Amino acid sequence: MKQTLAQKLVARAAGRSTVTPGEIVTCKVDLAMMHDSGGPRRVKPLLERLGAKVWDPSKVVVITDHYLPEYDDESRKILRIARDWVREAGIDNFYDAQGICHVVLPERGHLKPGMFAVGGDSHSPTGGAFAAYMFGIGSTELLGVLVTGEIWLKVPHTIAMDFDGAFARGVSAKDVMLFLIGRFGLDGGQYQAVEYRGPAIRQLPMQERMTLCNMTAELGGQTGLIASDDVTRDYLKAEIERWDSDPDAALLAHHRFNASELQPQVAAPHSPANTRPVTDFQQKIDLAYIGACTGAKLADLRMAAAVLKGRKAKSKLIVAPASLRDQQAAEREGTLQVLLDAGAELLANSCGMCAGYGQHQLGENTVTISTTARNFKGRMGAASAQVYLASPYTVAASAVAGCIADPREMLA
Amino acid sequence: MKAWVFGDNVDTDAIAPGRYLKFDIGEVARHCMETIEPAFASTVRKGDIVVAGRNFGAGSSREQAPEALKHLGVSALVAESYAGLFYRNAINLGLPALVCPQAKRIRPGDDIEVDPASGRLANRTTGEELRCEPIPEFLMQLIRDGGLVPHLEKRLRTTS
Repeated sequence: MKQTLAQKLVARAAGRSTVTPGEIVTCKVDLAMMHDSGGPRRVKPLLERLGAKVWDPSKVVVITDHYLPEYDDESRKILRIARDWVREAGIDNFYDAQGICHVVLPERGHLKPGMFAVGGDSHSPTGGAFAAYMFGIGSTELLGVLVTGEIWLKVPHTIAMDFDGAFARGVSAKDVMLFLIGRFGLDGGQYQAVEYRGPAIRQLPMQERMTLCNMTAELGGQTGLIASDDVTRDYLKAEIERWDSDPDAALLAHHRFNASELQPQVAAPHSPANTRPVTDFQQKIDLAYIGACTGAKLADLRMAAAVLKGRKAKSKLIVAPASLRDQQAAEREGTLQVLLDAGAELLANSCGMCAGYGQHQLGENTVTISTTARNFKGRMGAASAQVYLASPYTVAASAVAGCIADPREMLA
Repeated sequence: MKAWVFGDNVDTDAIAPGRYLKFDIGEVARHCMETIEPAFASTVRKGDIVVAGRNFGAGSSREQAPEALKHLGVSALVAESYAGLFYRNAINLGLPALVCPQAKRIRPGDDIEVDPASGRLANRTTGEELRCEPIPEFLMQLIRDGGLVPHLEKRLRTTS
């Protein structure tokens, strides 16, 4: 039977040769990732209640990112629980203040093609960029995995998003996702597997592929997947297994696009599905925010720098690099200096303003353009705040113009 | 039981706003739905049912979203569809989440009753009977046990 990439990954984890979309299977989990918010502070009391231990501490990765930097008694307490619990539970894979979990996890070599992984965060499909089946779960289900090492799954159908040709300069993975979410809606993924493929996808570097899979959350897929290839191998600096869909495997839908026709996209308040081409907007902005797992990786910082080089931001510009290593790399190559010279204010390597957990929040009626993944009402601060979502290119161009601007003019 | 009716794509930032997640569930629940239905948290009664359109619970993995609804006394959810992650969270907490293609026939304040196992929904206000998709038996077991944690407790007791 011809199998999709999703079916093959699920079959391996279920100990089967093939699986059929729609059937319920139990999968063995190769890796469980969690952060400070949905992780230790919630699973520790439940483990104690059950009198249970972590099934295999070597398969658990804990990364602090949501309540950093600590700024009050509550955030300090949440971080303390995480730091104490990893010691008690014997978890060596602990990354404290190293960056956002979805970026740090592959950066530190924890993901490999063929794996079956869960994460205690909705953007966990990011791992699918490495041809690993990875999806987000809540704390109680995470507890279930920690106790049993297993999880149930309805074998997903696959929706293929196939991009022919090549993306134009100034167009990025973020534009692809805003376009797809605008086209198919927040539930367009139907909680199935969304597979990105085609020549334009093969040309994308790993961190751009991660952005595609990351925002599969906003498209409503369970996971986003990309076949492993030489780009995957070069990023991981190791020989890898090649995982791909069989050419004739049955798909729920197969959407084909010409990559060269895609324009920069902007999602207006208050939904990532409220998307139109950047040329439709003239909105004045107060703040340009470059942050989050979706939009502040090294590849994203480079895009912003390509626009900002030799220019000054007219609006307030805040940059929160997604990981410490990415920030250090950006510093070494001069990318960070370009951002600072343009007037950027730096925040810590954490989730920052994206989900409104920390001390930096949007004030009443603030108009922001952001590289983050979600602009739901009130998410980043005041309910009256207006958040537009766009690529790092477009956010940088908008910072320079003081209003939403087409980056292609500044890249010419 | 009184129906509280919401639209499509109600997101987890509305159900459990991020800025309150550092507090306990009581505080999170006080702000449940405040950006879209400010009176909800203070007036919802034990047993009330939340009714919604498509993709209820879009967004975050934060379990405080279904947990806040449960904390406020919501006894069941009835929606055209759910975000998959939210659906799993609701069931894991023992909160029945029913898929009802005709959910939009229910009006705010209607007196409704649902049976999760059979999927039967009675609207006492209109006298109408609606069909929900029955919750699969293996998930009904979780709901009957009160959620995944009590279910695991039971399982660990039997194996030890």
